Amino acid sequence: MATVTYDHASRIYPGTERPAVDALNLEVEDGEFLVLVGPSGCGKSTSLRMLAGLEDVNSGRILIGDRDVTDVQPKDRDIAMVFQNYALYPHMSVADNMGFALKIAGKPKAEIRQRVEEAAKILDLSEYLDRKPKALSGGQRQRVAMGRAIVRQPQVFLMDEPLSNLDAKLRVQTRTQIASLQRRLGVTTVYVTHDQTEALTMGDRICVLKDGVLQQVGTPRDMYDTPQNVFVAGFIGSPAMNLGSFKVADGKANLGGAHIPLTRTTLDAITDEDKGEITLGFRPEATHLVSEGTEASFGIRVNLVEELGSDAFVYGEMLDKEASEHISSGAGDAQVIVRVEPRNPPMKGDTVYIQIEDGQKHLFSSATGQRLPE
Amino acid sequence: MPQSLQITSASPDPAILDLPWHIALEDWPAENLAALPRGISRHVVRFVRLSGKVLAVKEIGESVAYREYQLLRDLQKLDVPAVEPVGVIAGRSTPEGEELSPVLITQHLKFSLPYRALFSRYLAPDTATRLIDALAVLLVRLHLTGFYWGDVSLSNTLFRRDAGEFAAYLVDAETGDLHDALTDGQREYDLEIARVNIIGELMDLEAGELLVDDVDTVAVGEMIVTRYRELWNELLGVEEFGADDRWRVAARIQRLNQLGYDVGEVQMTTDIDGTTLSIQPKVVDPGHHHRRLMRLTGLDVEENQARRLLNDMDTYQAATEQQNEDEEFVAHEWLADVFEPTVRAIPRDMRGKLEPAEIYHEVLEHRWFMAQEAGHDIPMSEVVPHYIDTVLQHRPDEEAILGLDTATLRALGEDV
Repeated sequence: MATVTYDHASRIYPGTERPAVDALNLEVEDGEFLVLVGPSGCGKSTSLRMLAGLEDVNSGRILIGDRDVTDVQPKDRDIAMVFQNYALYPHMSVADNMGFALKIAGKPKAEIRQRVEEAAKILDLSEYLDRKPKALSGGQRQRVAMGRAIVRQPQVFLMDEPLSNLDAKLRVQTRTQIASLQRRLGVTTVYVTHDQTEALTMGDRICVLKDGVLQQVGTPRDMYDTPQNVFVAGFIGSPAMNLGSFKVADGKANLGGAHIPLTRTTLDAITDEDKGEITLGFRPEATHLVSEGTEASFGIRVNLVEELGSDAFVYGEMLDKEASEHISSGAGDAQVIVRVEPRNPPMKGDTVYIQIEDGQKHLFSSATGQRLPE
Repeated sequence: MPQSLQITSASPDPAILDLPWHIALEDWPAENLAALPRGISRHVVRFVRLSGKVLAVKEIGESVAYREYQLLRDLQKLDVPAVEPVGVIAGRSTPEGEELSPVLITQHLKFSLPYRALFSRYLAPDTATRLIDALAVLLVRLHLTGFYWGDVSLSNTLFRRDAGEFAAYLVDAETGDLHDALTDGQREYDLEIARVNIIGELMDLEAGELLVDDVDTVAVGEMIVTRYRELWNELLGVEEFGADDRWRVAARIQRLNQLGYDVGEVQMTTDIDGTTLSIQPKVVDPGHHHRRLMRLTGLDVEENQARRLLNDMDTYQAATEQQNEDEEFVAHEWLADVFEPTVRAIPRDMRGKLEPAEIYHEVLEHRWFMAQEAGHDIPMSEVVPHYIDTVLQHRPDEEAILGLDTATLRALGEDV
């Protein structure tokens, strides 16, 4: 097992000017499950393939442990691309299906058997080792495929959107399995997904990328509680954070009927480039309903109530028409989403007044999008 | 809940709608299925017969289905040997409203053989080698076009007979990616995947006692690496030498011929004072006529036989005044009206003498001689019995001379 280090690693595709991955600096700890996440074209898969040796590193370097692998062939990097090939061989026993790569590598039979048995134990497949894949359930077959990677005892597992081909139910099941298996094995793992929920539920840490540039690395909690910029704030969390462009005046952030007090620290951090504006964000779940006229509250007209049993989400727009143009959420422009008590939700057409929970607002520079101190 | 199907296809066949899309592929009734061998696949795949074609239907995730469809279409445009995509059908559900996976539909490759069919029976001594050679040729060709396969294996490939050799076709592009150019890392990794998969597949046949011969599975698997590298270097390697060593140009071409490539063009450059010469071959595909005849008729014959048959087909097109007709139609008619009756007219006990295409070639020769003597055209119905009487029955039986290989081929041809 080993650490993985991206040291100013860049990938520029021939014929393009903008790097697909731009001077990536990232340290993956030994045994860590790191998820690379971001929208399509953000460079997450390219980053993974650079580590795998499938993409050239045009500048910078990549290390596995202390070893510089920048110019090492993929097969000599001691990594395993998991789920590359699901195909199981029908005539071979489960044990042979798991161990055949070791046989090819010329490992002694006893060692192969030992490694296969160890892997089978972790995968709950011990009693099936002498059976044929046909006798296994779908989930068990997938574990055999994983076992194939495990017995090789690579330094690092790489997974590139491994669940994208599964239906929704199987996806949730498999992601839990992969995450818990990785914890048991303790093998450093780099995992790529476009799905932020997958990232939040699986990763020890998450690395968000956009346009080839690293936006933020941190634990799921870090990403959720203190997104470092507007992009991360809007990308992580479901439903997505409400983000509005507020005017700064009288020590407050103002939009329509909403007047939200700012601290001195925040006010001091605002620069001329911000042109008297600030981006203020709040998560749907970081609000509560108040009566009209409560300080720092604002009104929302309810367009739709989504009841999920454990939660209810109100989709609405700010009362002030003009103000509503300046706010957006996961539901789109001019839309606000707030979570309400599911036992007694408002009705469509109602007006509700909400207040952002103390310490739950997120403030970003209007000019740079970077998080402002509070 | 009624299903509302979304069908994506470049040339949709309305008959597709008659298939039971509301049933999971796994449970499709036998009446819809065509009996063809199935390879191992991580998805449910079924073969159906529709409007005279055989289609392969595969259940996969929606985004993956569209992606693979597009990739196969791109490969088709690049003229890479690959299965032909027919379309994607999404929005399937059962009458109870349960969602079903979208499917990718491809056209089954006529006269293609899965490797299992080739290995599972008597394996001629060099069948493995020839299959690996074919796969190496395909992989080089894919890599030259910038295609990274990601899951190179025998089961993701189909083989067609190619004048004693095999031609390989890509079947599964699910893990593939099309790039402007591949990095060495991508090529090397594809090769490594190929090596491991091939050995795994052969070990599987071995475990199933389907490998009759003692095949060294690891050695055969390693061969893909060697063959690929040889070919890649021969095709793309720039060779430099002194201007006095010009014989090396011819030597290079000869080496390429030995590898099975015709060289259409060699680019030669000299340095400023003309003391050093460097050459780089521009390679053309082998078997032009062979491919065209195969595409039109599915007949798998030698290159010269193919040229002969194509000429005859052209003559037939002119004689029947079908110059404006689609050549596929003409080919079909020619096959049914001319080629097949001729071959069928050969008595069963003489069929072991020559291969059908060779017999046909000789019949054409014979017709020419008869017409010369008579001074006018002779219809095939007279030519064929005369040929059998005066020529064919005096020929030795060549089947045994052609070797066990051909016997194997024939057995397979009838079976699949």
